Amino acid sequence: MSLDNYSQLPAAEIVAGVRAGQLSPTAVVQASFDRAREIGAGSDNLNIVLAADADASLAECRRMMEHRDSAADLGLLAGVPVVLKDNIASLGLPTTCGSKILEGYVSPFEATVVTRLRAHGALVVAKTNMDEFAMGSSTENSAYGPTRNPHDVRCVPGGSSGGSAAAVAAGITPIALGSETGGSVRQPAAFCGVVGVKPTYGRVSRYGLVAFASSLDQVGVIGRTVGDAALGLEVIAGFDRMDSTSSDADVPIYRMSALGVPAPEARNPDTEAMRIGRSAVPLPPPAHSKTLDGIVIGKPREYFPESLDASVRDLCERSLDRFRAMGATIRDVSLARSPLAIPVYYIIAPAEASSNLARFDGVRYGLRADSPSGLKGMYEETRSRGFGPEVTRRVLLGTYVLSAGYYDAYYRKAQAVRSLIADDFRSVFASGVSAIFTPTTPTPAFPIGAISDPYEMYLNDIFTVTANLAGVPAISVPIGRVRRLPVGGQIITGHFDEYTMFRVAYALEGALGADAHQ
Amino acid sequence: MSSARYEMVVGLEVHVQLKTRTKAFCGCSADFGAAPNVNTCPVCLALPGALPVLNEHAVELATRAALGLGCTVNPISVFARKNYFYPDLPKGYQISQFDQPLATGGSITIGATEKGADIRIGITRVHMEEDAGKSIHDRYPGATAIDLNRSGVPLIEIVSEPDIRSAAGAHAYLRTLKQILQYLDVSDVSMEEGSLRVDANISVRPPGQVKLGTKTEVKNMNSFSAVERALESEFARQCSLLDSGAEVEQQTLLWDGAREVVRPGRTKEGSQDYRYFPEPDLRPLLLDAKWIERARHELPELPDARRKRLALDFGLAVTEVEQLTASPAIAEYFEAVARASGDGKSAYNWVMGEVSAALRASTGGVDAFRVRPADLAQLLNLVRDGTISHTAAKRVFALMAATGKPAAQVAADEGLLQVGDEAMIAGWVDEVLVEHPDEAARYLSGEKKLQGVLVGFVMRKSKGRADPKRVNQLLASRAG
Amino acid sequence: MAVTREDVLHIAQLARLGVDAERADELTRELSAILAHMEVLSQVDTGGVAPASGVGAGGTPLRPDVGVAPEMSGTLESFAPSMRDGFFIVPRLATHEDTGES
Repeated sequence: MSLDNYSQLPAAEIVAGVRAGQLSPTAVVQASFDRAREIGAGSDNLNIVLAADADASLAECRRMMEHRDSAADLGLLAGVPVVLKDNIASLGLPTTCGSKILEGYVSPFEATVVTRLRAHGALVVAKTNMDEFAMGSSTENSAYGPTRNPHDVRCVPGGSSGGSAAAVAAGITPIALGSETGGSVRQPAAFCGVVGVKPTYGRVSRYGLVAFASSLDQVGVIGRTVGDAALGLEVIAGFDRMDSTSSDADVPIYRMSALGVPAPEARNPDTEAMRIGRSAVPLPPPAHSKTLDGIVIGKPREYFPESLDASVRDLCERSLDRFRAMGATIRDVSLARSPLAIPVYYIIAPAEASSNLARFDGVRYGLRADSPSGLKGMYEETRSRGFGPEVTRRVLLGTYVLSAGYYDAYYRKAQAVRSLIADDFRSVFASGVSAIFTPTTPTPAFPIGAISDPYEMYLNDIFTVTANLAGVPAISVPIGRVRRLPVGGQIITGHFDEYTMFRVAYALEGALGADAHQ
Repeated sequence: MSSARYEMVVGLEVHVQLKTRTKAFCGCSADFGAAPNVNTCPVCLALPGALPVLNEHAVELATRAALGLGCTVNPISVFARKNYFYPDLPKGYQISQFDQPLATGGSITIGATEKGADIRIGITRVHMEEDAGKSIHDRYPGATAIDLNRSGVPLIEIVSEPDIRSAAGAHAYLRTLKQILQYLDVSDVSMEEGSLRVDANISVRPPGQVKLGTKTEVKNMNSFSAVERALESEFARQCSLLDSGAEVEQQTLLWDGAREVVRPGRTKEGSQDYRYFPEPDLRPLLLDAKWIERARHELPELPDARRKRLALDFGLAVTEVEQLTASPAIAEYFEAVARASGDGKSAYNWVMGEVSAALRASTGGVDAFRVRPADLAQLLNLVRDGTISHTAAKRVFALMAATGKPAAQVAADEGLLQVGDEAMIAGWVDEVLVEHPDEAARYLSGEKKLQGVLVGFVMRKSKGRADPKRVNQLLASRAG
Repeated sequence: MAVTREDVLHIAQLARLGVDAERADELTRELSAILAHMEVLSQVDTGGVAPASGVGAGGTPLRPDVGVAPEMSGTLESFAPSMRDGFFIVPRLATHEDTGES
């Protein structure tokens, strides 16, 4: 087995090669670092990587191979290089959240998702660039400079997980972790032509994910293929006693969804062997006229407004046609309160952020800026020097909407409307719709520096933010290109029904084939 | 005096540290007195990415406390963030409860009016929250030192209705509250160690006026009597303000115990805005109705009930049971002695006398006291059946406390067993009559009142061992 | 509701963000513009709607009262800006007698 085409190798193939002894993890990790250098992932070029340590990663490979007794001990991601968004706490590499206030900060503990990745044999090769504290939709808000889109270096990669999406698009790793609050995995995945999953709220532990807006945040997975994203999610999903909001619902083998079987029986001896990696999940058959038999796909009119970019609309229609060709029924539905999502989101998220970011005060860790005017001066200097303009804006906005006299009009109102938005999703799924299909973003990637008005930037999240508000899972898959730039289609399902979401995503990926990238 | 024209209206906010092994939201030790910042972890240091998980035992203790204070425990309560910056508050917010607290609507009785009616003070609410760390301002010049060992320790806040009408009433409320919490065994309730802290809201109004006056909040009181003095001081200040035609300004005041005055605290009221909102890192606390009922069922006996029962069971007076029940440990000790000896009155005398005196002189508490209730009961039995005299018993008790040996053994070792032997007593009587010829002559010639003096001489000579009844009989027969 | 300059200075104070005069003007404009987009919510009838709180079903999970603090690699000194004798050190407050909240 060869690493010549490393940048195109799916994670599952790397795992198979490592387990069979045909690939050495050190060679795979070396290939990842080589690819990063070749593509120009550093700060002088695409600016994808904020921190990496090749020697440490290679040493970890060797330790992993020394401590295994059998191939089965290597886990579901044996030898797979991964990158982490820089707001996911990891030992050994700094966790800066793209902010000056955490410059050089190395977490003394690791996020649960990272522990799980490592336990399954994944190898962390880098921390990736992001909008500061995940506030942004373009990765231009990083204190360490913008990341560039590998498909067109003049354009943004989307954000806030822009570095992670670009790393996967550039072939540095097949899988990356990002985080979502309002679309921060799906939107950059769409802009970079890769797959991005935002799981159900509570599906994945947030322990070690630096909080932006706690009731919306969720770690997400970016993969080059639906299969890699499914594999990554299987590894990181599940209850964590360190996160009170994580769910103890069973985690199915998402990769089985491609076979058209109903959600697998968790304790079935055959699937158990697949779950722990002893036996491989069979490859899905090619898409055919019965692949989506019995599936009803909802097409919400609010997500296809008159103003939608015509080429984006055409690509969505093409995808809907493919769904029909695979036996699915397309049904027009309404999510009437979704157009209110941006105002709701930009009240709730900044409110929670204003509180979550209070801990960055220069007392215990991170930046401290001295001031002649005592403690209060130290606070103000530290925070105004440490936070960039967008973070400052949102912290102030959040402080304002929570402050005395405004709480009811803004925060309480927004939470009530949030309930209505979630109700819309519940009733659509209760009416027999299996999955909702929408464009991931209104437009493809835009040029760096093109959007300066904050609210115009916020509108980039218009189709993604509702899934965060409602807590439902959603995935963005590539559905074609407009002016050579990737476009993503979004599949949303009900709470904890990632299985159906993956089934539809696998089918679409299979049906589009090479068209997904044309 | 101007204050006669005004009525004092006080409500108290009492913070009580719950007796858990670990903190409210992380597994760090909640112990008091460790080296600085040793009991800390990512959660209570508020490191980026850390999240809280609620301590089950803290919920149990808070529920027990709320039920013991007569509150209704809510099946759904919600944690909220109270946002403010302070260097000993690592997250920049305190996890507390706000508009949906753990429990509401209780009351406690702090005494009786002259006519005998109960004086009840309403408990508005009991809610759970976490403690902040400790700021030490006087250790290093120009700097404040922060110790986060206490950060995240579980507390309950007990908020009273503004039902208290005097400084003495506030003291009585605090004493009663502390006693109840001790009986419930939910906290060490020590103001010295900071496991009980009191803030007071106080306003004044002309008697008969229903509307409340503008209140001030008084903080920084380190004992119940400091609360009393601070309230008197602030009451006088508010009264004289109103008398001079000025208005009371709503503000936070700090009690300066050294100078016995209140003075303005840190900030003006308007600049503090805690921006409470529901804590998104924790789901609501759901308590099953059956679980709450079971907790109610398992409540220990509270001071009021115990006073009534002890008075009835052992025929004691109101003042006597009040003394006995001041601390649950003493009350339990008493009851064990009284039951084992079958003599409540003697048990009361001993417990409030010798035992209390010995405890005051020692550093340990009742639990560490070497004379266990069964041992004291044995001593009482020995006195009752005449095996040792009352005088000797005190000496025996002191030795028991020092050595931990049982009463009978101490008495035997020390030769303090009461002597009933006629010949031996007669010998002591004869010696006394010889040694005190004057008194002897007067007594034998009919001066009966000297019998007591002579008995005393005999008892002293016998080192308390002579049975006083026999001595009296013998002396009487000599005189006869 | 338009945000005033005084509002901005007040919330900047609450959020402990140093904001100079020029930036305060910009922020006043920016926040007002953003909040203008939020006005649409005031027209939504939310009577009888419970605000979304405590996302997810069920109550908050409880942990047993046992001492298992998450482990930390490295000492506090490895990340703290200023420590002495095991204490975190900060500049003294202007009125150092003021104690925190409880």
